[in-house]
Amino acid sequence: MIQIENLHKRFGENQVLKGIDIQIKSGVLAILGPNGSGKTTLNKCILGMVFPDKGKITVNQQDINNRWNYRKEIDYLPQIANFPNNITVAELIKMIKDLRNVKSKDETHLLQLFKLQPFLNKKLNNLSGGTKQKVNLLLTFMFDSPIIILDEPTTGLDPAALIILKKLIEEEKKKGKTILVTSHIMSFVEEISDEIMFILEGKIYFKGTISQLKNQTQQTNFEHAIASILIDNHA
Amino acid sequence: MLKILKYSFYDLIKSRWSYIYLLFYLLLSFVLLFLNNDIGKAVITLMNVIIILVPLIGTIFGIMYYYDSKEFTELLLALPLKRSSIFLGQYLGVSLSLSMSLIIGLGIPFISYGLFQSAVIFDFIQLIVVGSFLTFIFTALSYNIGLMNENKIKGFGFSILVWLFLAVIYDGIFLSVLMIFGDYPLETVTLVGTIFNPIDLARILILLKLDISALLGYTGAVFKSFFGGASGSFLAMGILFIWAVLPIWLIKYKASKKNF
Repeated sequence: MIQIENLHKRFGENQVLKGIDIQIKSGVLAILGPNGSGKTTLNKCILGMVFPDKGKITVNQQDINNRWNYRKEIDYLPQIANFPNNITVAELIKMIKDLRNVKSKDETHLLQLFKLQPFLNKKLNNLSGGTKQKVNLLLTFMFDSPIIILDEPTTGLDPAALIILKKLIEEEKKKGKTILVTSHIMSFVEEISDEIMFILEGKIYFKGTISQLKNQTQQTNFEHAIASILIDNHA
Repeated sequence: MLKILKYSFYDLIKSRWSYIYLLFYLLLSFVLLFLNNDIGKAVITLMNVIIILVPLIGTIFGIMYYYDSKEFTELLLALPLKRSSIFLGQYLGVSLSLSMSLIIGLGIPFISYGLFQSAVIFDFIQLIVVGSFLTFIFTALSYNIGLMNENKIKGFGFSILVWLFLAVIYDGIFLSVLMIFGDYPLETVTLVGTIFNPIDLARILILLKLDISALLGYTGAVFKSFFGGASGSFLAMGILFIWAVLPIWLIKYKASKKNF
């Protein structure tokens, strides 16, 4: 469980987060919002990569301030996957396992799922963007941690891989995990998420289920409901 | 930290540039030894090269590695690892691989020219030690500049400027001061001025060991009396050590405050 209280973050002149209060329980929560609304910053605050100016974050009842051990409970998929270029996929997997101190995890199932075996001995700079993203996903789902944060997981994936991704998220959800997803693909969000949270100008504008959002905006279509929030607030 | 160090180190020794650097030193030492035909003289010539070149290479490699591995660093930051171990591990990986190129690149030619039978072995060791110190110092300085500048071009420019300042401009200013105030006793000023520049400090250390400080006249004598003895050598090494530790501490401090 992740608890966030009164979270503020400013980068120079730009006040990105202006008081986020939220309690994230198990299930899939989609974080939505226009570009630059602070979705990635929020994720990075939870991971301790960005230090908030004000506010408190607890992960499983533990204040994360200046700690690092709590990240054992989190699997993170970064928005842009960039790996060291000189090493192969197999070496990278081995290295991340070693760094996480879990050597016993078996990745063969995920390798088969994403059809990555032919790339195992290829260097990472020779892979296409989509294949890199598959490697990225593999590294995220390999460790079976109770919290999963996915930042734009669909980037560069072909339809077949997208279906696999949805299936994976569904499986993890059934295990009772807490899953955070940011995405701009509304059909994907609609399919996988239990709840959505809409961030606008650094504040939570809406949190609830998709049907609640449709009621509130009086739209029948999810994509239109989201668009109507954006239009109403920019008009 | 050791794991990160191990991976950075392996990553670097697999890279082409480490070999080019190593080959350069091999070539340089063999050529110098061949031309001088005297190990002692080769050490002096080498000193002049090393004192300028090692800081430059440390600076460039440090800043390049920092920016090159930035995305990967972000990946590491999301893993259950301590921040300081990530950054110090990477920094030590770069410095150690550079120092290793230096030691092997100079070591092989000199050993094959009969270093162990010659009298200059301690001078040679001092040259290596000082060279390694300069590598650690300048890599740390450029790592700090990297941490402080998001913009690659700016970061690169700043670190080259720092090198240029300490390797060239500082001496220019220093000499001008000595010229202008030539009528006053300047021994203390000179001593203090030397302490604030690791390159000068390294140069003095090696010069004194090589017993050519007589060329420096009265100032040389002051230096000899200050740095020349065993305690002076330790003092100078101590100051070099501080020069290395301070920026390393600053890396740790800056990294623990930075947003990624």
